[in-house]
Amino acid sequence: MTSLATITPRVAEAAAPLDGRHNAGRHDAAHTASHPVGALLERIRAGREFGPNVYSTLDALWVLYDRVLRVTPATADHPDRDRFLLSKGHAVAGYYAVLAAKGFIPPDWLDDQGGPESRLGDHPDRTLVPGVEIGSGSLGHGLGLAVGTALGLRAQGLLDPQVYVLLGDAELDEGSNHEAIAYAGAAGLANLTAIVIDNSSATHGWPGGVASRFTVNGWTAATVDGRDHEALHSALTGHHGHRPHVVVAVVENGEQP
Amino acid sequence: MRESFIDTTTALLAEDPRTALVLADISAAAFAPAARSHPDRVLNVGIREQLMLGVAGGLALTGLRPIVHSYAPFLVERAYEQIKLDLDHQAASAVLVSVGASYDRAAAGRTHLSPADVTLLDTLADWTVHVPGHPAEVPDLLRTTVGGDASAYLRLSTQRNERPYGGGGDLVVVRDAGAGAALLVAVGPVLDAAVAAAADLPVTVAYTHRPRPFDTAGLRALAGNEVILVEPYLAGTSARVVAAALADRPHRLLALGVGRTELRRYGSAEDHDRWHGLDPVGLRRSLTGFLTPALV
Repeated sequence: MTSLATITPRVAEAAAPLDGRHNAGRHDAAHTASHPVGALLERIRAGREFGPNVYSTLDALWVLYDRVLRVTPATADHPDRDRFLLSKGHAVAGYYAVLAAKGFIPPDWLDDQGGPESRLGDHPDRTLVPGVEIGSGSLGHGLGLAVGTALGLRAQGLLDPQVYVLLGDAELDEGSNHEAIAYAGAAGLANLTAIVIDNSSATHGWPGGVASRFTVNGWTAATVDGRDHEALHSALTGHHGHRPHVVVAVVENGEQP
Repeated sequence: MRESFIDTTTALLAEDPRTALVLADISAAAFAPAARSHPDRVLNVGIREQLMLGVAGGLALTGLRPIVHSYAPFLVERAYEQIKLDLDHQAASAVLVSVGASYDRAAAGRTHLSPADVTLLDTLADWTVHVPGHPAEVPDLLRTTVGGDASAYLRLSTQRNERPYGGGGDLVVVRDAGAGAALLVAVGPVLDAAVAAAADLPVTVAYTHRPRPFDTAGLRALAGNEVILVEPYLAGTSARVVAAALADRPHRLLALGVGRTELRRYGSAEDHDRWHGLDPVGLRRSLTGFLTPALV
């Protein structure tokens, strides 16, 4: 678990009570150029402008698929696989790039993303894309589905697989999330981890920090620099309690939800 | 019907480890014994209907067969997007079971009335909808739908007919008025009132507890050129199905049911039957008007 003493001031600010807004951070295209899936992402981008939300999610997605999730194309339908649910379905470009990098989908699917014959929409459809656990796009659905998935695994004695669900801080505006946060804490869903990409895009902010919405309901929480792969990895794997866990990944751009 | 649902669901939870039940406090006390026996598969999420449906979708994605239960307006209307997205869009399925119907709890007022539930679900594809007319119809319908893989909605009511009708929901002729008679199709608990209203009129009465998929083959076999629908939810809900089934045949259709206007009146379910013209007297008035067109 990353401690507040070791993380950046921006992260500490997010983890502490706050009600301010934050300045835009580093240039994202430059960051992406050196990223492991940068070339694949460029194939999807095909000259278009991507919103900052695409880049803000990329590092968490990569760390999850590269180092955390126990799922491969060969085990994508196995009952014992870890589940990853992308709730903020608009963060799809990085998701498709990572799925291609890990062999779930052919890279040449990326070249026609959104086309009339494409399986890759601007929001993912689980029935069209191998490895995609849920179709999403309307905000506030992933966490409830993740709670149900975690309960379903537990009810069948599948105690090994973990359920990860990725949301955005603006997505937390949707009240359905707060139904799920409260219940998951009460139910002690230890096989559930939520990742909240906090790019300060919630219109009215989260005074007191995103993590506090979870911890008050009995979750464990870690707030880390969302660009720092080591910090993300230790936060995502530092979950050994009997409670659900949230990782708040703070990133510097906040222009789009 | 609610007791029948509780007993059958409790049995199903014990018989089939694939079965799960998701509640939002409604009927939780009645399911307490089942919850003690199957704590991992009887899940009361509290008063959280969006989560109730989301959890059902997640359970289904892991291979379980969720039954989801609440009052009709909270189950179908409040969480409609979760039904559309957390079930249908995920290619996941569940069995939804409601109580309350159009106005079982008339004195509770608009918040607990759900005349539009079947109409709203009818905007979605491939749902089976059962509207039983008697508590004894419930166990078989529940067992069949839970035993299957498709999504289904069971709309339970405190209103009921004198006797149950078995079968899967194909049209059953209750009263045969012979060749050339108009065909009246009564859905669920409005049958007895419809039969009383038809009394000595040249009207064949058929019953179904399954408005979706509607038995269009049976309809085509029984119908002449005059069809009367009597439904215990929004009037006209099945009119499009009848019109499509008889598109190649000149016909007249009278679609009766609950009106759209908010009455802002309390009273009993029987009062609302009368106000919506679904009691024998009101139905009789509509039937005779339809069968004897006014002279011009």
